[in-house]
Amino acid sequence: MKSYLAKVVVTLKPSILDPQGVAVRTGLLSMGYSDVDSVRLGKFIEVRLKADDEAAARAMVDEISKKLLANLVMERYEFTVAEEVAK
Amino acid sequence: MAAKDVKDMGLDKKMNGPANAAIKGERTVAPEDWRAMGLTDEEYDMICHRIGKHPNFLEVAMFSVMWSEHCSYKNSRKVLKLLPTKGECVLQGPGENAGIVDVGDGLAVAFKMESHNHPSAVEPYQGAATGSGGIIRDIFTMGARPIAILDPLFFGPTDDARNRHIIDGVVAGIAGYGNAVGIPTVGGMSWFGKCYSVNPLVNVMCVGYLKHDEIRRGKATGAGNKVMLIGSTTGRDGIHGATFASADLTEEAQERKSAVQVGDPFREKLLLEACLELVAKDLVLGIQDLGAAGLTCATSEMASRGGSGMRVELDLVPKRETGMNPYEIMLSESQERMLMVPVPGKEGEVTDILRKWDLDAAVIGEVTDCGTLTITMHGDVLAEVPADQLAESAPAYDREYVKPAYIDELGSFDPDTLPAPKDGELAGIIEKMAASANLCSKHWIYSQYDHQVGSGTVIKPGGDAAVVRIPGTNKGIALTTDVNPRYCYLYPREGAKLAVAEAARKVALTGAKPLAVTNCQNHGNPMKPEVYWSFRESVLGLAEGCEVFGTPVTGGNVSFYNEDGETAIYPTPTIGMVGSLDDVEKAVPSGFKRSGSSIVLIGETKDELGGSEYLSIMHGIEAGRPPRFDAAAEKALISFLTEAADEGFMLSAHDCAEGGLAIALLEDALGNGIGAEVDLSDANTHGLAFWKMLFSESTARAIIEVEPVKAAALQALARKNGVKAFYIGRTGGDKLTVRMAGKSLELDVKKVGGSYEKALESALAGR
Amino acid sequence: MKIGIVVFPGSNCDRDIERAAEVVGSESGFIWHKDKDVRGYDAIVLPGGFAHGDYLRCGAIARFSPVMDAVSEFAEGGGPVLGICNGFQTLLESGLLPGATLRNTGLRFICRPQKLRIDNVNTPFTHLYKKGEVLDFPIAHAEGNYYADPDTIKLLEDEGRIVFRYAEPDGSLTEASNPNGSMHNIAGITNKTGNVVGLMPHPERVVESILGGTDGLRVFKSVMSWCGKGGVR
Repeated sequence: MKSYLAKVVVTLKPSILDPQGVAVRTGLLSMGYSDVDSVRLGKFIEVRLKADDEAAARAMVDEISKKLLANLVMERYEFTVAEEVAK
Repeated sequence: MAAKDVKDMGLDKKMNGPANAAIKGERTVAPEDWRAMGLTDEEYDMICHRIGKHPNFLEVAMFSVMWSEHCSYKNSRKVLKLLPTKGECVLQGPGENAGIVDVGDGLAVAFKMESHNHPSAVEPYQGAATGSGGIIRDIFTMGARPIAILDPLFFGPTDDARNRHIIDGVVAGIAGYGNAVGIPTVGGMSWFGKCYSVNPLVNVMCVGYLKHDEIRRGKATGAGNKVMLIGSTTGRDGIHGATFASADLTEEAQERKSAVQVGDPFREKLLLEACLELVAKDLVLGIQDLGAAGLTCATSEMASRGGSGMRVELDLVPKRETGMNPYEIMLSESQERMLMVPVPGKEGEVTDILRKWDLDAAVIGEVTDCGTLTITMHGDVLAEVPADQLAESAPAYDREYVKPAYIDELGSFDPDTLPAPKDGELAGIIEKMAASANLCSKHWIYSQYDHQVGSGTVIKPGGDAAVVRIPGTNKGIALTTDVNPRYCYLYPREGAKLAVAEAARKVALTGAKPLAVTNCQNHGNPMKPEVYWSFRESVLGLAEGCEVFGTPVTGGNVSFYNEDGETAIYPTPTIGMVGSLDDVEKAVPSGFKRSGSSIVLIGETKDELGGSEYLSIMHGIEAGRPPRFDAAAEKALISFLTEAADEGFMLSAHDCAEGGLAIALLEDALGNGIGAEVDLSDANTHGLAFWKMLFSESTARAIIEVEPVKAAALQALARKNGVKAFYIGRTGGDKLTVRMAGKSLELDVKKVGGSYEKALESALAGR
Repeated sequence: MKIGIVVFPGSNCDRDIERAAEVVGSESGFIWHKDKDVRGYDAIVLPGGFAHGDYLRCGAIARFSPVMDAVSEFAEGGGPVLGICNGFQTLLESGLLPGATLRNTGLRFICRPQKLRIDNVNTPFTHLYKKGEVLDFPIAHAEGNYYADPDTIKLLEDEGRIVFRYAEPDGSLTEASNPNGSMHNIAGITNKTGNVVGLMPHPERVVESILGGTDGLRVFKSVMSWCGKGGVR
């Protein structure tokens, strides 16, 4: 088994109003960043896991993202997986 | 965090130690190291004498945190000894994690207030959150289930963006922690003044209930008994700033360490339930929270209180990071941890209960009978010092004090030198005052707190004292926190007395009997004689006030250095008071309840505008002599209120204080949107002008709403208790009309209510 | 009649439900989240709180607690299940009820009295109310902003499955009466078969006049009478 580091990003679906993002954007505008068009907040999750190969690791991360990390009613997710080489 | 408490444990006899005891060994720690840790050269010598040897690096570090101001109260202890701490109801006074008072029928109430000022200034959300966490642990450590939080907050003005950021973060932090643990935040106060731009104050009070036989203390007894560390793991968080210079810290540690602690309310909730389960199953001999100075404080204090010693193996401490050295383990302030001595042989059962709550539990050592605290790692003895010397022998200093020059100068200010307002302006002035920072509704704050969880909140925030029912009983406890920093600035001793009086009055207005007091003494740098004078005067005033009301002080804390080097905060001795109601159904709310009731003003209104909100808001002046503390009148008022509540005479009752009668009447009207017609002519016993009747802040006053048929009986009761009672009008309508000797003013309740409710939110939005 | 109160680590309204049951004269018992069995109970309540700290998402981890399989089975068998606040969120996460809750539009935690209109009085928890009645239940949440996709909302509306809505004192639905931005002012819904109900407001906090009202009493009385009559009104 090899070690992998998955980086999962969970965000609200584009169709859903993100009040936190709106608040951050309002703040930026008031600070003078008038070119900021939109801000969306999300969650960043690091998962360290063991798997036989990258495909298996990806499959596992996809599964746990669907099952727990994101709620597909309102959120979507994307992730990267990279092998971690022991120091 | 008992180390921060008011201590009274026969310190004097230990003060000087064995004067000429031989000091063993060689000095191995460099003077710059102990100085970097905050110890003076004299203190280092004192330590050598106390323990009869030159301490090694770890021992110096342990003494430095235990002898810090925060833990040892070296600059305040002598003054704090002047506080009355004994009383019939006191089951536990100062010196433990929290005070406990008897409320009858085998039940007791544990309570304490603490400050978390400096952490909140640096990181408002986490500072306030961990402040809440610490005080909640102090309560359930005693075996009590927490049922209420109150939070007196002091901020700089809202026109400054940094202050707004702090206010936002502090309120969210208290909400985020208390709401998640499931303890209702039922009261508190917020006060705004320029001096708090330098350093905001975040004081938090927690209150719990328990049966007498459930009381647990932070004592380690019984040689051979195991010592367990339970709750969270130990990490490098919160290791103190003084240690930054230490060469012993690895670079990796420097990088990973955080001076700011992060609270975990979820783990706290689990720890709370686990600890109460341990107490309920009688598995605990002694238990103490790990707060300031972490393991160093908890091990030495528990051993010292129990007259025991303790041997601790650092290898056994569950850690969340690798490579932690002994110094880091002993000084870590990781949150949500407890040190416990279980009933012998029950270690397994204890571990099972903690596992059930997904918490760590580890035996890390045992109690010994030699009085020595011994720290080992990998089999080596790393520190070996008498536990009581570490916990209790810090020096207590007499500091120089001198009355600041401003006191007499500002105290002599005469409000009559200002132009009097015209009668036609009065309604507008009241509207303006009602929307001012200190007098407006604090709904924006308390609506972010879950103030109802627990199904016990009988009188909710927004009135005078809060009332909470003790679960499973018909008993209630009344809770309030009070202080007027401006009064304390102008006249510290009187200000402290007035704070006690206001707290006692608010408790009594709900029908409860005032029982006992906790306090936070918030001040500037104690090395400045003027600051020390104010601190000393505040404590003396607190002592005198508490004597008057028979309400002993059962604990609290002192927070010095609330300043930026030049400007200090106003002396702020915050009072937290607890009262008891035998029948919570009889609790009296504030705010007019119905139309057609009689309104009675209790107490006399005198020419007392000094230090008033009127002067501050309308003239920007903070000067003059604050209202006089009238012990006899206050006591009479309290006994009257207690009897009146018991007789069921009061539909509603409200304190008349900051902002005067005008604001008190307005608040009563806004409570349920019921207006009133009032005439103050008969109540004007001192021949005051109309505006002075409205804005004077004379104390020992209250507004009572009574059914007309009971008004005569209420008057008779007032006479019996020697308090003045004036019939001043009737409730009803949607206007508040106030008349006096041919003059009158009228306010539209709904309209003024709108600006009263929205003022704080608008100010915080920068509008 | 015995109400089972599920206790997750981090639940904090469990004792409040116990008190409400006591007030209406029902027996109750706590069910630890690791229990796999809810036999012996006539109705199940998932109380408010911060189950598992709500650290990932409200109710997200709680739905995987062992007890939830038994709760689902109980619900599928027609047993009355009520989720309040965090309990409602757990029902949403578990799929026993459709939709999700987002952060309140005002971004802050809100604790205050709230007017609700009751639109479905056919559930085990609401049959003693009158349709259209306006009630006062307190709210206490930071993430109560109900969301579902348009098809789901349409289905809920068409099937009359919206049980409680945030409303004005006269029962009208306005933006001002909506405290958190919920779609269609939704405060509580039920499942297709009507036996699972979830809502953000707290009926258990208004079962004694001393605590500020009794509007929530009939939630508990309803389920008692429902169960007392063998599951019929």
